[in-house]
Amino acid sequence: MTPAIELLNVSKIYRRYGGRQFATLKSALLQRSILRTLQPSETFSALTGVSFTVPKGCTYGVIGPNGSGKSTALKLVAGITKPTTGTVRVEGRISALIELGAGFHPEISGRENVFINGIMLGLTKRQIHERFDEIVEFAELTEFIDAPVKTYSSGMYMRLGFAVAIHVDPDVLLVDEVLAVGDEAFTHKCLDKFSEFRRRGKTILLVTHSLGLVERFCDEALWLDAGVARSHGDPKRVVSEYLMSVEASEEHLMETTTAKAVAAAEEGVQPPPSEPDATRPPENMFHATEGRWGAREVEIVDVTLLDGDGKPGFIFHSGEPMSIQLKVRAAQPNDEVVFGIGIFSAEGVCCYGTNTFLEEMNPARLAGDAEATFAIEGLDLVEGTYKLDVAVHKRDGAPYDYHRLLYTFRVKSRTHDVGIYRPRHHWTFSPNLQFPAGRDDD
Amino acid sequence: MRYRGLIQSLVARDLKARYRGSVLGFFWSFVNPLLLLLVYSFVFSTVMKNTTEGIQPYALFMFCGILPWTWFSASLSEATNSLISGGNLIKKVLFPAEILPIVSVLANMVNFFLGLLILVPALIYFHKLHLSFNLLWFPVTVLVQLVFTLALGLMLSALTVHFRDIRDLLFNILTLWFFATPIIYSWQQDNVRKYKHVFDLNPFTHLAISYQETLFYGPVGHWKWLLSLGAASVVLFLAGYWLFDRLRDSFAEAV
Repeated sequence: MTPAIELLNVSKIYRRYGGRQFATLKSALLQRSILRTLQPSETFSALTGVSFTVPKGCTYGVIGPNGSGKSTALKLVAGITKPTTGTVRVEGRISALIELGAGFHPEISGRENVFINGIMLGLTKRQIHERFDEIVEFAELTEFIDAPVKTYSSGMYMRLGFAVAIHVDPDVLLVDEVLAVGDEAFTHKCLDKFSEFRRRGKTILLVTHSLGLVERFCDEALWLDAGVARSHGDPKRVVSEYLMSVEASEEHLMETTTAKAVAAAEEGVQPPPSEPDATRPPENMFHATEGRWGAREVEIVDVTLLDGDGKPGFIFHSGEPMSIQLKVRAAQPNDEVVFGIGIFSAEGVCCYGTNTFLEEMNPARLAGDAEATFAIEGLDLVEGTYKLDVAVHKRDGAPYDYHRLLYTFRVKSRTHDVGIYRPRHHWTFSPNLQFPAGRDDD
Repeated sequence: MRYRGLIQSLVARDLKARYRGSVLGFFWSFVNPLLLLLVYSFVFSTVMKNTTEGIQPYALFMFCGILPWTWFSASLSEATNSLISGGNLIKKVLFPAEILPIVSVLANMVNFFLGLLILVPALIYFHKLHLSFNLLWFPVTVLVQLVFTLALGLMLSALTVHFRDIRDLLFNILTLWFFATPIIYSWQQDNVRKYKHVFDLNPFTHLAISYQETLFYGPVGHWKWLLSLGAASVVLFLAGYWLFDRLRDSFAEAV
């Protein structure tokens, strides 16, 4: 079976803007390429050596972060732009849902626009006549079809554009993140339409940020990153690989945020201990601003967050274990030491705070280096970014070393519940209420 | 032409959209030239009386040149802008870009024909228009102008994508061009004839004279020039299309 879409080693280089217009024009005229005479610094590579094939009847998802070349790939398949090198082959009639209603003229009625848009997309007048009622009904615009398009809301505009494009009856349907246009009901209708396409053996190329959609809907998936195909094949596998990479880059971000905060606090608090500001906490402890204070009779030299396997990191999963490890150093032997921990949400709300004194533990004596670990058996927080207070202080609260909100970590969750705290829970139902298995949490 | 249906409906859309929302609507296509005719009549029969023999009534004479000129200049200004204003189509839909300048030229041609509906009765009223074989030159002249305008329209639209300066430049060039063409004066005046060679270099001179001869004074003595211009226009059109085609791939990125 011949593939519906085939990209072979495709690269697309764009010109960066600014200067040298004449050179561009000259090379466009003489060499049919606007890039030949440009320096590498004047160009930008949107896709580099990408190959993939989409068999007929396959629903193919393309995922990747912003700027990864997804839309460029789609435009190449649609034929709107040409590849710089490599070949693109598409079999059958294409309809591209890239920008809906791109050809609409605001001054004339929806009815006239449907005809013109339909003709633009390759239908004949007769075909549009035949499908007109269906199109209008699908767009839910029966009432307004004779009003000028400029009076439409953006949702109506998009719905009409979508309805026309989908009724072109293409062999290959290209979809670029357009499911976000309508309300919930319209989105469902679009998905139903896509399912119908699939059943009829049409090919769909879907560019989206909705990973769930790719997992549920696609037969195959491609992950693009910075113009390079990172992985393709089974959607579940590709999506999870992509998620892992996103996590890694988020982890990196947390790491730099934390390092920056610690460094900034370090710089801010070098004055001698006689300076009251440096040794005393701010007036209002509930007002969350970053900082570090204390005379450092006992100093926190290092803070590490560990996951269940003891691996340091900044991203944790809701419900899984996490521990906070403090490395401290006492310049002089000290026998009045309290360790404290506070977890704050991104909005500065204290989620939990405790210390060893409150929990009635008194270390006999601290001398030299030591470690204290605060182990959480299950991190029962909802998804979000959290900040951490760590401190060593006297029993009366006078700090030796107080780190305020210097450490950032992120909690991930597959459930999109709300609030701060997720109590361990499960649902039970009376026998006459039947739920499919696997929907209850934890 | 593969895109006939598309061009047709786009021309219709352009014309419809132009007068949508105005009270007189489509009638403006007639009213505009009519008002223009009245203004010129007033100015050149009372304020700046021109009594050159053979070209009376003077306003009507000018009108024979102004109508095609309006078609020409409006087409070029719109075509020049067409790719940029239609950027959405070029960037987001697989769309044959050459259609945009072509539609600009054709929509203005329809307006030109509507203007004729005012001109022709006026000509008949003043006994200027005679039913004869001379009139057969009229469609030829229109055709030559169409090819010539399309050629320039294609070139300018493609180049404007890369040099937006053309839009501003064109406005000034068209003004100069208008006065350099025997439209509001007759090429038979002695002080014009002196520079005949210079005027002959201006392609629109031959179009204007052809219109004036077929519609106003007859007989048509200028057909050799007209046909040569026609042949040159075909060559120019091919060159324009080649230029357009060469730049085509850059449109989606540069618009």
